Formats: sequence, structure tokens, C-alpha cells
Amino acid sequence: MSQTIAVPVEVDVPSGEDETVRDKPWIVIVWNDPINLMSYVTFVFQKLFGYGKEEATRLMLEVHNDGKSVVSSGTREKAEHDVARLHAHGLWATMRQD
Amino acid sequence: MFVPRPVERLEDGRFEVRLSDHERALLRGLPAALDDLLVAEPGDPSLRRLFPPAHEDAELEAEYRGLVGAELLDGHRASLHALAQTVDREHVSEEELHAWLSALNDLRLVLGTRLGVTEETYEEGIDEKDPHADDLALYAYLTWLQDGILEVLA
Repeated sequence: MSQTIAVPVEVDVPSGEDETVRDKPWIVIVWNDPINLMSYVTFVFQKLFGYGKEEATRLMLEVHNDGKSVVSSGTREKAEHDVARLHAHGLWATMRQD
Repeated sequence: MFVPRPVERLEDGRFEVRLSDHERALLRGLPAALDDLLVAEPGDPSLRRLFPPAHEDAELEAEYRGLVGAELLDGHRASLHALAQTVDREHVSEEELHAWLSALNDLRLVLGTRLGVTEETYEEGIDEKDPHADDLALYAYLTWLQDGILEVLA
């Protein structure tokens, strides 16, 4: 599985409202469900995002207690990549522009 | 009662599989059955949790499905094959055990969807007279196995 590495490139500075909307970050949300085990969800957060046990457990408990948690954010491509990896592990993840 | 773990971590980094012949037969058959269903009836409603929607917007969702749908299906099938192919071994690697976890989770997602499992389903135990008692027991077994593997990997 590949990983995107940010490299500095020259870009035209966007202007106008459309560009501002387009540049708004996307967030990835994991939703609570009755099948995925709490221990499994914690394990997946550690494996996919490199979180330590404590942070992964905190996010898992947020999903469990509040029904959902924002687990990553960034460009549409990054969010889509993260959602796809969560789906590959059977988690119920969606994405939207913040 | 002392119940041994289904899998134990060895000092050399591998994992010892402690399953009965009956359990191993079960874990060969279930992935094969789910794989058959994925190929023959990909639209079966019990499979929906394996392909959750990423977007609320229908157009964005169709784009996402086109982009990752095939890869997602291949990934589910690869984990199921890995479980079926390694379940008779005495030892497995950490990578193979990760595939077991994914396959067991997929089996639980499909069975749990069929049974309509909620967080309260097992609060009162399983009623033997329940027409789904066998499947509820199977789901509970898969849960126990997955949790035991997570304990040794954590």
C-alpha cells in the first residue's frame, strides 16, 4: 500500500469562493455499530493511523459512546484513501467536506 | 473454568494455533461459503456491511465505488482464502494472523447482519428454543476467537 508524500511544488494561488470551498478539508468519520468489537476497532486505528494504544482507545470510546468520531482529515484524495482502508477492515466509515 | 486461548504468541514471533479438528473444519468451510456468495450474489443484502457507502451524495458515492469497489472485493476474498489455507497449520505468522482477523471480522459482519445483532443480543444468553440458536452460537464462537487473537496481537 502506497503512502502520499507531500513535496513542495509551485502552484497558482487560488482565488474566488469556489476555490475556497474546494480547498476545505475533508473529514473521515467512523460510526458506531453493534458488530465490530471494541478491541478490534482500537487495533485497526493503531494499525492504520499509527496511533498509540491510548489515543486509539480514546477514539474508539468516542465512537462507542457518542456514536461517531472523526479519525482523520485532509484532501479529498487522502480522505478517500483512509475511508477505503477502513472499509477494507470492515469499519463503517464515511467522509464529508468539513 | 479455565479456557485456554485459541492462539498463543511464541518467543520466535510466530503464533501457535490451538484449535480442535472440528474448529478447523468450520474455519475452512465458512470462508469458502462466504467467498462463493461474494462471487455468485455480490448484491446479497447480507453483504452490505462489507461494502459500506463512503458518501451521502449519490454521484460521489458512484465515483468512489468505481475507484475502490473491485479492490475492496479482492481484499475481502484474499483474507478469506488466507484463513482457509492456513487454518490447518500448527503455526502462523503475524501477517497471516492479521488476515485471520480480517476474515473473521468479515464472517461476523455478514452473519451479524443476517441475525440482526444488536449490542443487547447476548445480554440474556442464547435461548435454545430460538430458531436461530445455532447461528447465534456460531457468531458467539467467532467473536470469542477474534477477541482471543486480538489479545495476543495487542
